[in-house]
Amino acid sequence: MSAALKTTALDATAQAFLTRYAGLRARLPGSHDARDAAATRLRASGLPGPREEAWRFTHLRPITEFTFLEPLTPIEDCPRLLARLPEIDAPRLVFVDGRYRPDLSTPPEGIAVRVGGPAGEAVLAGEKLVDLNTMLGEDGAEIVVADGVDAGTLVLASLATDRDARHGAFHPRHAVSLGKGAKLTLIDVALGEGVYLNNSVLAIRVAEHAHLTHLRMQLESIRAFSFATLFADIAEGGEYDSFTLTIGARLSRNEVHANLSGPNAIAHLNAARMLRGQQHGDFTSIIRHIAPNCQSNQTVKTVLDNAARGVFQGKIEVARGAQKTDGYQMNQALLLSHDAEMNSKPQLEIYADDVKCSHGATVGEIDAEQLFYLRSRGVAHEEARAMLIRAFLAEAINGISHEAGRAAMETCLDAWWGADAA
Amino acid sequence: MLEIKGLTAAIGDKQILNGVDLVVPPGEIHAIMGPNGAGKSTLSYILSGRPGYEVTGGEASFNGHDLLEMEPEERAALGVFLAFQYPVELPGVGNANFLRTALNAQRRARGEAELDAPSFLKLARAEMKRLSMPDDMLKRNVNVGFSGGEKKRNEVLQMAILKPKLAILDETDSGLDIDALRIVSEGVNAQRGPNFSALVITHYQRLLDYIVPDRVHVLSAGRIIRSGGPELAHELEAHGYAGIVADAA
Ligand SMILES: Nc1ncnc2c1ncn2[C@@H]1O[C@H](COP(=O)(O)OP(=O)(O)OP(=O)(O)O)[C@@H](O)[C@H]1O
Ligand SMILES: [Mg+2]
Repeated sequence: MSAALKTTALDATAQAFLTRYAGLRARLPGSHDARDAAATRLRASGLPGPREEAWRFTHLRPITEFTFLEPLTPIEDCPRLLARLPEIDAPRLVFVDGRYRPDLSTPPEGIAVRVGGPAGEAVLAGEKLVDLNTMLGEDGAEIVVADGVDAGTLVLASLATDRDARHGAFHPRHAVSLGKGAKLTLIDVALGEGVYLNNSVLAIRVAEHAHLTHLRMQLESIRAFSFATLFADIAEGGEYDSFTLTIGARLSRNEVHANLSGPNAIAHLNAARMLRGQQHGDFTSIIRHIAPNCQSNQTVKTVLDNAARGVFQGKIEVARGAQKTDGYQMNQALLLSHDAEMNSKPQLEIYADDVKCSHGATVGEIDAEQLFYLRSRGVAHEEARAMLIRAFLAEAINGISHEAGRAAMETCLDAWWGADAA
Repeated sequence: MLEIKGLTAAIGDKQILNGVDLVVPPGEIHAIMGPNGAGKSTLSYILSGRPGYEVTGGEASFNGHDLLEMEPEERAALGVFLAFQYPVELPGVGNANFLRTALNAQRRARGEAELDAPSFLKLARAEMKRLSMPDDMLKRNVNVGFSGGEKKRNEVLQMAILKPKLAILDETDSGLDIDALRIVSEGVNAQRGPNFSALVITHYQRLLDYIVPDRVHVLSAGRIIRSGGPELAHELEAHGYAGIVADAA
């Protein structure tokens, strides 16, 4: 068909990335086999397009408005961005424009960290954004916590600088691996200024009885594009407890693949999102119950103002052998404007017969009775509204047990009320 | 002084208030009684500024301020307080935070200094003790999971903390057990003074044994059809509304 042969803007963008790869190939670190294979796949299939079911609600078209180049070698400091990092007393690994900055970092003790190239083994090959990351990825951190070690808290920060007309694209590839019985709280913050594309991949392994608390704060520039693909494998008795706050980016997709591969493994994939202006935020998760007796929990709260658009796609797969699975998913949106829109697609695929899976979704507005109750007590209209929005998010935020992390999230929420709509 | 003159109001095209005339001088407590559906709650909502009503005529002012022109929060800052017949649940909003935010919002609006957290807690705990409310009610979400009586008590707690000049108590007694009725009434009586007036809406004469009103009014079909002293409540208790409503017709 001629329509299929026609070069679309998205094809042109894919082609531009392939051309960058051809030029940069010799300078990119590590083996080129995986990169070449990813390039071959991308050349054949292009970037994710609206005809793909998984991308039905999220169109990458806006990225075609820009030409993205690899970032320049960072020269200047970025005090403004550093000042925006949450105040958490913990070692930190700082990446600027996708590259590790030892001068800004305070590496942890008791955790093995390796930087200087894409980290971790190949995961999710064939996922187009992962392939793009594999092809062009330059740097990343490999974080390894040995068996039995309680490694405390570690901050992983991604800062993106504004270089006026030069729009950077970077593709960090991180890996976090917790040995048997190990423990870590990873606070993962992304922020920046200007127009850029941050296409990260993070591979997580939680070994038997290990526990990873993962607090993610996506505070990217309101003009930026943010794609984060996460793969987590949780072994027997292990727990992956994540909370993602999404506030930034013009267009973002947070895609999580979590495999509960050993019995009694637990995954929490909670999220709170606040979007406004023309922002588009997509949270897509695929939770696979592979082993029996596992538990997954997901509460996603989305606040949408102005003409913002939220997407939630939550799939829970329960394999034939995954008896006694306990899966819970709740997706709630609060629309503050008639132009805001929420698209939800829950999906349960259950092949075992003895499971407990529930999911629910609600979309609502601010409750007029509650608003009047507060106002009748003297709370001004705007403040009353803010209180009710906070109350809507409270259930999700209050679930964060890491105190400094929760406080940092709350600071971000407070800043959101103060900031002007984009 | 609360002054209501010829107030008429509708919801959609349903006329509910048909010319309410009522004056409550400062320092006085007036009771409003009347059959179900007479418009008692509607009147109290309109006085506190709930959206959704169309005032089709008349006026309502408090201490010379035209209430009907004001936002609900402005009326609250002026000293108007409504204890809701059906208190609203606020999941995710802690009671202490709610009370302090409300108190400080009113203080700000009046140009007064805000209360810091320790001073507020001291005030709140003292008032809760007077109302025999356990301290943990401060930590819970506003009215969520509260029993009917606990909700009513929480309304009176708000009144005690916000110290309004005009309190409208819409069936605050219904749902209260015998002891709670006495405790809550004491809470209202404690507010009594030259700068406090109240409209007490109730179906039961018993409440008025505790909170002795200066005047009793009967509201029926959107109008005050009879006013009298506290003895009017006893008469209603004995004979019901039928006779009075027939006389007025
Ligand atoms: N939103 C509404 N839409 C239509 N009619 C309404 C609405 N709210 C109230 N009404 C009607 O207005 C009338 C007065 O109601 P209101 O609640 O003021 O009565 P009330 O005197 O407080 O009664 P009760 O003693 O049962 O509390 C009733 O007939 C009621 O059905
Ligand atoms: Mg009523």
